[in-house]
Amino acid sequence: MTANALRLPPEQAAHLLGHYRAGVAAKRRRLVLGMVVLAIAVVLAGIGGEVDIPKFLANSHRLPAYVWNLAPPLSWANLGNDIAEWFWNFDGWLLLLGDTLLIAYLGTLLGVGGAFVLCFAASANLERRPWIRFVARRLLEFCRTVPELVFALLFVMAFGLGALPGFLALAIHTMGALGKLFAEVVENIDMKPVEGTIAAGAGRLVSIRFAVLPQVLSNFASYALLRFEINVRSAAVMGFVGAGGIGSDLMVAIRKFYYTDVSAMLIMIIATVMVIDLLTEQLRHRLIGLGDRT
Amino acid sequence: MTGPRWTTGVEAAAIRARYPAAFEGTRERIAAAAIVATMLALAGLAVWRLDVSFARLGTGLVQIAAIVGGMFPPTPGTHLAVFMHALGETLAIAFLGTLTGALIALPLGLLAAKTIVPNVFAHFAVRRVLDTIRGVDVLIWALIFINVVGLGPFAGILAIAASDTGSFGKLFSEAIENADRKPVDGVLSTGGSALHAIRWGLVPQVVPVIASQILYYFESNTRSATIIGIVGAGGIGLHLAEQIRVLEWGQVAFLVLLILVTVAIIDLVSSRLRFAIIGRSTVEVG
Repeated sequence: MTANALRLPPEQAAHLLGHYRAGVAAKRRRLVLGMVVLAIAVVLAGIGGEVDIPKFLANSHRLPAYVWNLAPPLSWANLGNDIAEWFWNFDGWLLLLGDTLLIAYLGTLLGVGGAFVLCFAASANLERRPWIRFVARRLLEFCRTVPELVFALLFVMAFGLGALPGFLALAIHTMGALGKLFAEVVENIDMKPVEGTIAAGAGRLVSIRFAVLPQVLSNFASYALLRFEINVRSAAVMGFVGAGGIGSDLMVAIRKFYYTDVSAMLIMIIATVMVIDLLTEQLRHRLIGLGDRT
Repeated sequence: MTGPRWTTGVEAAAIRARYPAAFEGTRERIAAAAIVATMLALAGLAVWRLDVSFARLGTGLVQIAAIVGGMFPPTPGTHLAVFMHALGETLAIAFLGTLTGALIALPLGLLAAKTIVPNVFAHFAVRRVLDTIRGVDVLIWALIFINVVGLGPFAGILAIAASDTGSFGKLFSEAIENADRKPVDGVLSTGGSALHAIRWGLVPQVVPVIASQILYYFESNTRSATIIGIVGAGGIGLHLAEQIRVLEWGQVAFLVLLILVTVAIIDLVSSRLRFAIIGRSTVEVG
């Protein structure tokens, strides 16, 4: 039947069909092999990660119970007072959240400064000496690969508890992450204005100021704002290692099972993060629009 | 040797007339100055509010120099076996966490995709839930799961799975929404059922994208898994925090180097795999 529909000589049809079947079989074999490798990896990782399914199942009722406990006792008749009770430390937490935002801001600002200084040395079109480029790139790579919490831990030992180690750790990580992105932006610029300024006798700094900066500034600002969003989230957990902000209160509340405090603080953090996201998105869109207009 | 020739007043006026845009824009200058002033004022507020003292900065920098000095040479001390075991644990946490998160997120991603579930309220609700999950940092999830299953790597796996569920749900739903309708229509037009249309029209488009996103998150979760140990959820972070607290800087340096090398290897392997899956085109992830 199939052979009739194909209207091919039987031997040619068989030949083609054989090829098709071999192709499908090879694909199947690859899929099965991949699945076997995945299964082995899962088992190994399960052993390494001390996964204990029976124990998990035996305790799994605790997660819904935990989430249930997070909900505060609210009653319709007494809603205002109940909410006031739930957010009993609203002013204090708001102040801590403000500190968290300031840590994120200062960390971003310093990091942007560092990235701005280093990005020109790391981009191939503005830095002809390969060894300087190499050093700048490896430095940026190191700064962004070491997790910021590790820097925070180290800085807490060096500077003592408080916001200072927190924003320094954020600044170093931001410098590494943004330096790479900034260098990529710089590498994509139009080189004609640079040649123009050099032809007119400008030095390195002047040509960066008048030929490079106008091309890259809106992109730099957009990336910096994006990083600020990320840093707000990171700053919220800096307190876990004693590096300032709302994190330390949150950790204490979680560790001591102050359920309603945990949910109140989480709601405040999530709301703040959402508001910051919205604001920076607006700003970034305006910036990019502005960049197009000029 | 003639010096630079200064433009005369007449010429300057002519240039000014010809290129007004280059000489005007005082308003923009004032706006730029205002932005810079606001940023500096905010920085000043931060320095005052966060109680940053330059004396502390100075003594801290001296301490840092001492710490960095103590880091050479990096040495595992007597804990090499323990550290390697912790590294394996870290990889296991990242791997299982990513996989579990992806498995949980798959049905959620389908629910959150407009093209699959046309009901506005359903996908709006699912999306807000995913946003909330994503808004909570992985370290907070780790602390919460420690309360549920106790200290150890299992809490770390669950924390990464939870935080990934939020991100994956959003990414998967976008991948499904961005899929081309035409292959699906093609399968339907040749007499295929809805199930056939999904298997032969949708899956071939969506699976490579999803697979590359999962690999990308495995990379980034390897980094996360190195730090969740700091709050007690298993992996190498626990040892790192411990060695920092007991001021064993040589071992701290060894652990940091171990993390850097591991992350680099995972990055390399996973980007190879990603390119193999989707071809050498730039992928939009995250």
